[in-house]
Amino acid sequence: MSHTTLDKPAPAPPSAPVARRRAVSGASSRGRVVAILFSAPALALLAVFLIFPFVSAIVLSFTNQRLASPLPVEFTGLENYQRIFTDGQFWRSFGNNTLFAAIVVPVQTAAALALAVLVNRQLRMRLFFRTVYFLPTVTVMAVASVVWKVLLLPDSGLVNGVLGTLSFGNLQPGWLSSTSWAMPAIVLTSVWQGVGFQMVIFLAGLQAIPASLYEAARVDGANAWQQFRHVTLPGLRNTLVFVINVTAIFAFRLFDQVYLMPQFPGGPTDATRTMMLQLLQTGYTRRMIGQASAIAVVFFLFVLAVTLVQRRLGREERTVR
Amino acid sequence: MSLFTASGRRSARSAAGRPRHTHNLLLHYLICGLIAVVMLLPIVFMFAGALKPNADVLADGGSWRALIPLHPTLDNFISAWERSNFGRLLLNSLVVCGATVGLGLVVNSMFGYALARLRWTGRNVVLAAVVALIIIPFEALAIPLLLMMTELGWLDTYQAQIVPFIANPFFIYLFYSFFLALPRELEEAARVDGAGPWRTFRSIIVPLSKPAYASVAILSFLMTWGQLLWPVMATRSEDVRPLPVGMSVFQTLPPLQWGDIMAFAAMMTVPTLVVFLIFQRAFVQGVAAQAVKE
Repeated sequence: MSHTTLDKPAPAPPSAPVARRRAVSGASSRGRVVAILFSAPALALLAVFLIFPFVSAIVLSFTNQRLASPLPVEFTGLENYQRIFTDGQFWRSFGNNTLFAAIVVPVQTAAALALAVLVNRQLRMRLFFRTVYFLPTVTVMAVASVVWKVLLLPDSGLVNGVLGTLSFGNLQPGWLSSTSWAMPAIVLTSVWQGVGFQMVIFLAGLQAIPASLYEAARVDGANAWQQFRHVTLPGLRNTLVFVINVTAIFAFRLFDQVYLMPQFPGGPTDATRTMMLQLLQTGYTRRMIGQASAIAVVFFLFVLAVTLVQRRLGREERTVR
Repeated sequence: MSLFTASGRRSARSAAGRPRHTHNLLLHYLICGLIAVVMLLPIVFMFAGALKPNADVLADGGSWRALIPLHPTLDNFISAWERSNFGRLLLNSLVVCGATVGLGLVVNSMFGYALARLRWTGRNVVLAAVVALIIIPFEALAIPLLLMMTELGWLDTYQAQIVPFIANPFFIYLFYSFFLALPRELEEAARVDGAGPWRTFRSIIVPLSKPAYASVAILSFLMTWGQLLWPVMATRSEDVRPLPVGMSVFQTLPPLQWGDIMAFAAMMTVPTLVVFLIFQRAFVQGVAAQAVKE
């Protein structure tokens, strides 16, 4: 790779046709000024609003810092971590996030892949279908949550209306007011809103698979399923790993739906309490910054773990730059 | 005609394959259509509900009537607009989104350019650091940021919703990879013509990189427009509160009127829907660009 530097001073008038041949060696000091000018705004913002708060979260998690409180801040060691790990509500939240991930990751990934395969075929109306499947993503999660809240009303919601007709009135879940159906209600909303997004990512992956591979498979007499199994899936490997990773992390960031949909945050017997709700209530409502920071750190470590697993799985076939 | 002849004897048209293919295609359309109906139902329901007298939303809820406003009226829109101070909320969302997206495009693309094309010591280390920062989710920063905003006196302001979100390592990386793939010849030609880096960037790179700007703009817009957790923490008053928080307040505001709530939802969705339908291609590319990350 050959690097050519843009070595003109930034503010200099473009008319100055000075020594541009000397570029290579004379580059350094002017080049540095230019690079600083181009980088400074973003670097400063990243330092102040990303790196600093990130380090703060770790530091604060070992203190008893509170929000707008005159009490002195003290170093409390692992107390915050001890407290959250012995807190039933925290584990309840963690369990709910895990349950949500366990359903949404396979369901949404499979559904998105199925949609992508369906609309990747040469159909006259495929653009229409793609658009329609992506539409829910454009309605923000806050809107999706509120609309589904009404659709899922036990007595006057459309979903139970349809279910009642199909099951002759036998299946009438209580959805958001029921301990066991509240989480499925959240899942339904999330999948509806999010599946189009993943579909588009899969579509990009599908289109990167060379058509010649399918032709070769057809020549070898592979049927549709065999083509999917032996050409499509291996070709989508990295996309799949990426989508699963994103969906898993998204599952642990779950907030909007559980904040907006149940009658009160947390849902019936905490059935929809999540880590992010816990974070909000600890840090904002109860003003315990230190303890909320500990939740944030645990959450980050989880995201890190998921990503590292993805990097490992995805590495094998990644193209080398 | 189609169903029977297609699936029956394979004599009619051509030798083999053809009729089965038609049959398949029909099934394909059927499945696609069915899914489309399911995906559209909630949106249709929302608009139908918005156009109905308040009491009808729940009364019609359980049947097909839920999807059709039999006695259409615009009253809900007027009432929702007034009761929720919708105009102000919309303005807040537009200000926050506009500033975050706009400033973000400038700042992130400039840094991406410095990483991709300018030569400076420490560049590779900084690039690696930026890539590493992508993994930090905002939620991990929310609490310390809340403390920061409180101490800065930025609570309940626009800047608390804008400034922390301008620089974004993922967008920087997207710009970086896009710029890296651009041919160098044009830049060199510009340099020979005496253009400085800033001018080269402005008049050569930016116009060539419209797809990258469009992708980042759309991703950034979708992220900002829907944000809920942060503004719940950082805003208190209607003066700066964005639409999603407004929605969370309005949906519990007595007297609870579902028609009004659906009208609020519809008014909140229409702008994004229109933008999406106009810039569809860019939307899809923007989302697909996500996968570039790995």
